[in-house]
Amino acid sequence: MNDQSWFVIISTAIAGLAIVGGTILPALAMGRAISSALDALARQPEAEKSISRTLFIGLAMIESLAIYCLVIVLIILFRNPLLDLLISRS
Amino acid sequence: MEQEGIFDVLAFKIGSISLSASLLTSAFLSFLLILISWLASKRLRSDPGPWQTIAESLYLAAYEAVSSLVSKQVDQILAFVSGLWLFVFMANMIGLVPGFSSPTADVSVTMALAVLVYFSVHWFGIRSDGLMPYLKHYLKPNPLLLPLHLISELSRTLALAIRLFGNVMSLEMAAYLILLVAGLLVPIPLLMLHIIEAMIQAYLFGMLALIYIAGGIQSHETRKQEESLT
Repeated sequence: MNDQSWFVIISTAIAGLAIVGGTILPALAMGRAISSALDALARQPEAEKSISRTLFIGLAMIESLAIYCLVIVLIILFRNPLLDLLISRS
Repeated sequence: MEQEGIFDVLAFKIGSISLSASLLTSAFLSFLLILISWLASKRLRSDPGPWQTIAESLYLAAYEAVSSLVSKQVDQILAFVSGLWLFVFMANMIGLVPGFSSPTADVSVTMALAVLVYFSVHWFGIRSDGLMPYLKHYLKPNPLLLPLHLISELSRTLALAIRLFGNVMSLEMAAYLILLVAGLLVPIPLLMLHIIEAMIQAYLFGMLALIYIAGGIQSHETRKQEESLT
């Protein structure tokens, strides 16, 4: 097998691994955030507005980590700058 | 991923300036929003019709959200933030209409919106606090933290843009891939998810902008309140 097919295989495998890790960990973090927000909500139902607002903001922050992961995976798969280097060298 | 929509046909180039499809779609959406709000506010009556009821309930919801976070300049911030809400919502939703593509799936559009938020944070902060007290809050609690303040200003602007872009684009791409793999009419459940996602992302974008603006303003205000309490 030549360099380019190795490159394709490895970058596909890495992209799969990266999206797996990048979704599992934010999912765990979001679960923890939601469960503690529910705890707070059960204790103080009258504070629902500010709790849910803070929860949404926090979830957005955590979610953006998964989105960064997705963007990087898409760069690896479709617009990898290193591939041009490989092609121009061979 | 190249689709031919209505605005792709209209997109053209003059020299080095190109009018892209997302720019034309955003301009179309802005005019649509202006037209709708002009029509909704043209005949205001005390026994409201359905249009006025919708417009009033939207305005009241936005007003409540803004006034719970900000105490000064409520009207101007309300105009800016609810404009962001409506525009981002419409821009996310128009991707569902055949022939159109979401302008927010283009990173330049979301970056432009985020830069708008970035400047408006400083604008409203300086308007309410004055220039020197506003600049001084970068040196609190310690001048050593100045680089961190500056980095967080830039990174949160970038995060605002990338979040909206990544969400909208990844949903469109997922629907497209399922269409490739499974065929016609199968991506419809995913497109239903798109509606929820459009609302959540529009809410988040406006809400984050509102929180950043409130943080810029209240740097001075909360300090006074704390001092008066002690």
